[in-house]
Amino acid sequence: MKAAGILLAIALALVLQTTIARFVAGGTVVVDLVLVVVVYVALSSGSVAGLLTGTVAGLIQDSLSTGLIGVGGLAKTIVGFVAGIVGTQFIVAQPLPRFVVFFVATVAHQAITIGLGVVLGQRSFGMPYAAVAGEALGNAIVGVAAFQLVELMPGAVERRRMGKSRLRR
Amino acid sequence: MALLDIRQRSGYLFLAVMLGHVILISAQVNSRSGVPVLESVTFGMFSEVQRGSSAGVTSLRGLWNRYIGLRHVEAENAALRRELDEVKVQFQERRALADRARGLESLLELRDRSNLKTLAAEIIASSASPDFRTLTIDKGTLYGLQANMAVIAPGGVVGRIVVPTMRASKVQLLIDRNAAVGAIIERSRAQGVAMGAGDQRLRLEYVSEAADVVAGDLVVTSGIDGIFPKGFTIGLVDVVEKTGPAYKRITVKPAVDFSSLEDVLVVVTPTPIRQSEERRE
Repeated sequence: MKAAGILLAIALALVLQTTIARFVAGGTVVVDLVLVVVVYVALSSGSVAGLLTGTVAGLIQDSLSTGLIGVGGLAKTIVGFVAGIVGTQFIVAQPLPRFVVFFVATVAHQAITIGLGVVLGQRSFGMPYAAVAGEALGNAIVGVAAFQLVELMPGAVERRRMGKSRLRR
Repeated sequence: MALLDIRQRSGYLFLAVMLGHVILISAQVNSRSGVPVLESVTFGMFSEVQRGSSAGVTSLRGLWNRYIGLRHVEAENAALRRELDEVKVQFQERRALADRARGLESLLELRDRSNLKTLAAEIIASSASPDFRTLTIDKGTLYGLQANMAVIAPGGVVGRIVVPTMRASKVQLLIDRNAAVGAIIERSRAQGVAMGAGDQRLRLEYVSEAADVVAGDLVVTSGIDGIFPKGFTIGLVDVVEKTGPAYKRITVKPAVDFSSLEDVLVVVTPTPIRQSEERRE
């Protein structure tokens, strides 16, 4: 059930990314909604869920893009796994820590992607600092807003608590 | 319970590894069109979803534009009428010029480059990842489209088809970091290669030290790549940085505003280089 929900979230993120993105922000995509979903899942469900979501989402995104298949998948797998560890080892329940996690995760994702591109001998014109910072900011805002939105839903906190206590039993 | 949890996790991981293997193998196998099977199948399936979501958004925009947001239509209408009158006058002047040029062209036995066969296509989606600059158009192999066909707009060159499926095609924009096009400076005839940098600008590379390039120069396609027809507008030289005699960096601002594109034209007529290659095959 949860896996189906995550797959649905990835699909929705892809549809939004490809359809809505060209109508907003002057057509310049400043948010990677798929990465937002990966980090969201990692923070709320742990490292294994983050790893798997990163792998699946990254590979789907790669196959829809023009680059090498696996580069984005690998970057998102690492980011999902590490974000999951951060989510379980630290208290990341307030907007500010969540903002920092989303921001750092995006910078790490870009660093891995660009680094892999350099290793694989792809064309590169240096590190696009402004673009990376812009995307990190966009992802962080959308990520924190998504958390706030879900937590505003009636009974969301209770459902999460019940789910966790059921897992402990 | 914990044991079940571990089993579940390892099951998922197993599936992920299996999936990884299938994907890696599929990625190495090319389909008939020369595109990896996985890429072709995933893109073909997803383009249908994109078509649906694009239709939904377009309907909503249409509803807003045609029925709700009509406040400034009257003033706009008057302005457009004035503009139309001016254009009519300009059109007559241009027609006279065109007639004169046609006469000169026939005298010089020049080939009519504008006689290209094109196919109009609507943009239904943009890139799935912000790292790549692509568009999805609503026409595919059913309409005779193939990989490496040039895509243009009234403003200039847009990009090329990279993944054609039956009912949709993926277009790699000029500004994608993997894109490149043979370019020539119209004024000085200096040659180079315009490359996408992943942002909103292009880089003009491989320009000779002796070449004359200044900001504001018009950059057009050279036709040397065999994909883009010769003489189509790429953009204007934006920044020229020199270190000694060598060009350190030449930045080109694309003529096409990629963010506001809604419809494009696919050049169906093969370029002379592609025609000769096809004949050789």
